[in-house]
Amino acid sequence: MKFGVVTFPGSNCDFDTFYALRDVMGQPTVGLWHKDHSLQGVDCVVLPGGFSYGDYLRSGAIARFSPLMREVGEFAVKGGLVLGICNGFQVLLELGLLPGAMLRNKHLKFLCRFVTVRCESERTRFTNRSRPGQVLRIPIAHFDGNYFAPPEMLAEIEANGQVLFRYTDPEGRPTEEANFNGSLHGIAGLTNRQGNVMGMMPHPERAVDKLLGSVDGRVIFESMIGRP
Amino acid sequence: MKIRILVSFKDSVLDPQGQTVKNALHTLGYDAVRDVRQGKVFEIDLAGVSKDAAGTLVPEISDKVLANPIIEKFTWQVIEE
Repeated sequence: MKFGVVTFPGSNCDFDTFYALRDVMGQPTVGLWHKDHSLQGVDCVVLPGGFSYGDYLRSGAIARFSPLMREVGEFAVKGGLVLGICNGFQVLLELGLLPGAMLRNKHLKFLCRFVTVRCESERTRFTNRSRPGQVLRIPIAHFDGNYFAPPEMLAEIEANGQVLFRYTDPEGRPTEEANFNGSLHGIAGLTNRQGNVMGMMPHPERAVDKLLGSVDGRVIFESMIGRP
Repeated sequence: MKIRILVSFKDSVLDPQGQTVKNALHTLGYDAVRDVRQGKVFEIDLAGVSKDAAGTLVPEISDKVLANPIIEKFTWQVIEE
């Protein structure tokens, strides 16, 4: 599967993501510049973490208007696979490819640490290699990860089974303490209704090697790649 | 023409920064402060636009870029003709 990792001014996880996909997962991977208008024939677009445009205005609010985002939008509408990690997730929310918005973390702190998230479905293009209810240990690093959606939107997201990851304790229990940033329903990651666009706050690319402290992020990439 | 736009969280959205400011004010003894909501102010200089046209343009800009309609609301006023 050919991956494309988009770089915005202020992206800082683009090389980590590139490394995880090309060197660890062994997939053909290209870098995509936000000002270009070509996706270079990739099968999957990844919007990496960072602080695109310095998070000015709101996280992801300016990156959304980058020239390449028009192509990404059309690619997503046609069913193309799109993954947004952290800031990339925020861009997808601002772009309207995913429902909801991000608020400041509940204690107004930048959180950089390992968390545990529970996989809510193993029947998606992003989690089909996971076990039912598998708990993944993956790091987070964000200030604005407090997921919010108005009540009707939230009910719809839940009814459609769009929530893919929830903050839980290591045993998979959704406790208040495990929900570090205060996200509604402990939402750490979700997909669009069609299931081809996914955003998540934890960084799977930072959990692909024992040296990094966890290999739990691999299952997401393996699911997307679809190899045994 | 100069326009001032105020963007703030909708009433239904928790504003942790406003809460923190409120708590600080209470600590200082300003007990009369019942609530604090924090927002953002934009001052926009428009050229060659009539007041009528501004009435369409400003809400469009605010909805599309300055505010995120899922969590934020906005008000605006002309501050210089």
